[in-house]
Order: sequence, then structure tokens, then C-alpha cells
Amino acid sequence: MIWQFDLIILTLVVISGIAAISIRDLLGASVLFGAYSFLMCLAWAAMGAVDVAFTEASVGAGVSTVFFVAAVFRTSRRSKD
Amino acid sequence: MDFPAYGDPESPASQHVSPYYIEKAIEDTAVPNLVTAVLADYRGYDTLFETAVIFTAGLACFILLRRFRREPPQFRLYRHLDTGVTLIIEQGGKEPTDSDEFRRIDSQWVPYDLIMQKAVGLVVPFLQLFALYVIAHGHHSPGGGFQGGVIFGATLILIAISNDLRSTTRRISETISSKLASTGVLIYAGTGALCLLLGANFLNYSQLSKLIHVSTVMARSHGILLIEIGVGLAVAAVMIWIYYNLVSAGRHDEGL
Repeated sequence: MIWQFDLIILTLVVISGIAAISIRDLLGASVLFGAYSFLMCLAWAAMGAVDVAFTEASVGAGVSTVFFVAAVFRTSRRSKD
Repeated sequence: MDFPAYGDPESPASQHVSPYYIEKAIEDTAVPNLVTAVLADYRGYDTLFETAVIFTAGLACFILLRRFRREPPQFRLYRHLDTGVTLIIEQGGKEPTDSDEFRRIDSQWVPYDLIMQKAVGLVVPFLQLFALYVIAHGHHSPGGGFQGGVIFGATLILIAISNDLRSTTRRISETISSKLASTGVLIYAGTGALCLLLGANFLNYSQLSKLIHVSTVMARSHGILLIEIGVGLAVAAVMIWIYYNLVSAGRHDEGL
């Protein structure tokens, strides 16, 4: 559709994806995974796949980020590598 | 023989399968939302195993993490509500379990906020109503069983975060959530088996018209609703089951 919009979303997806796996603070990494999930939801909505966007929004914002934060709570907050 | 190119409009899937689904879905199943019709009726077998995979994920978290406690913990912390004084009671001491003034707190965390608890308690019924709406209205709007189930599970996780983990475990114990999860998968597979018993293929919902006495088209629509309920139930129960095992490292004692 509007190619500028798609280009911005794609750039942000790549940036947040690379940042999420290279950051040392694990709580920040889980927040970046949540941001990645939200940007993918926008990308799918821009493509017209509304059901998939709804699913990704509910799973990414509701459940996946909470599971990551719970796992970081039980283990250490700083990555070992 | 070579594969067709990506997005090729001349490929066999775009020439024969997609036009059939797009043109015939509403007159075969009376469901305007094409995605739900394909996911739950034309390709319902895949969705059955997807639901089974979600149940297996919950079961795997349970098997890997759950530790039934053999010995009580080293010490427990109790907080006096009026003054804010925290008591550390070692093993073997007398704990003020039934008192109104003392409340047990976790060892690694922050005071429970009354504002958060009450605010969440006011908002959660509306969220759950929205989740049930998404499941029931999946025929006409984007949504369906899986999305509504995830939202319902997320409301239960929200209750567990704002109150203690222990009070939520007392209301919705792990036994209930695991049994509800397997019941959800059973509803889905049971509908398919019912169609088999009534004389046609597995998951061919048109045979349900022998049982409910509506037309074949409406029987498929009702069959889709029945399996969406099964999927929503299974997914909601698995979400809270995984949360219980993950946040307390299996012990179901302290949480976020």
C-alpha cells in the first residue's frame, strides 16, 4: 500500500530484532521482544492480514512479554555472554 | 518439474483452490469471515493439532518445572499491615497465619498496592466479556477461538499479578486449569468424532444437521462455533497453567 510506511516499519523491525538479541540486560531484551511483536503486528495489518495482526497483538502484548519477564525474574537479569 | 514462482497467479493453488474458497465459503458454511471458515472448517484438521500442540506446551512446562515441595522453606516473611514492620519467622517458629493484621509477603518483591488490586478488579470483568465476545463473534469479525482464549488467559494472568499468586492459586487451582485444557482439546476432537459416528468423515460438520435439525449449511456454522469454544477453553487454561509453573519456578509458592 503506502510504501513509505512499510519501509519504516520494516527498518524498525530489523533494528529491534538485532537489538533484542545483542543487548546484555535481559529485562530490556524482553521489552524489545515485545516491541518487535508490536511492529510485526503493524506490518501484517498494513498488508491486510487482520486476523493474524489481532493474534500477534494479543499474544505479544498479553502473554509472551509476561512469560519472558517471569522467566527473567526467576533467573539472572544480566546475560552471561 | 519445478516449483512455481512466489506469488505466481498461474500456480495451481491460485487457480483452483483459492477461487473455490473465496467464492463458495459463504454459501457452504454461512460464515462471512473467510479466514475462520478456512481455518476451522476446510482445514479443521490442522487446527485440531495446533490446539493439541498448545496443550503439549503447557504439559511440557508442567513436567519440566513443577516441584512438589517436600520440605517447607527456610523462613517466611510476615508484614504487619498497620505499622509496616516485617517479621522473619524461621522454620519451627509460630506463624501468625490466621491473623488479620499480618499478611504473608514474598521474599523478593514490592508491597501489594491496594489501588492496583481494586483497579484491576474493576477492569477484569469487562476484559473477560470482551474475550467471550471475540470467541462468539469470530464468524463475522476478525478473531475467533484462539484470540479470545489468549485474551481470557491474559486476564487471569493480570489477576495473578495484581493480587498474590497464592490467592489466585486458591481460586483457580492448577488441577482445574489442567483439566480445562484437556477438556478443550476433547471438545474439539469430540465434535469430529461425533461427525464420524453420525456417518461421514471426521470433522465433516454437515452431519450435525441430523442431530440439531437445521439445514446442512447452518450445521457447519454451528460446528465451527463449537470447535472455537473448545479452542478458546484450551488456550485460556494453558496460558494460566504455564504462568503458574513459570513464575514460581514450579513451587506455586511465591510469584511476581
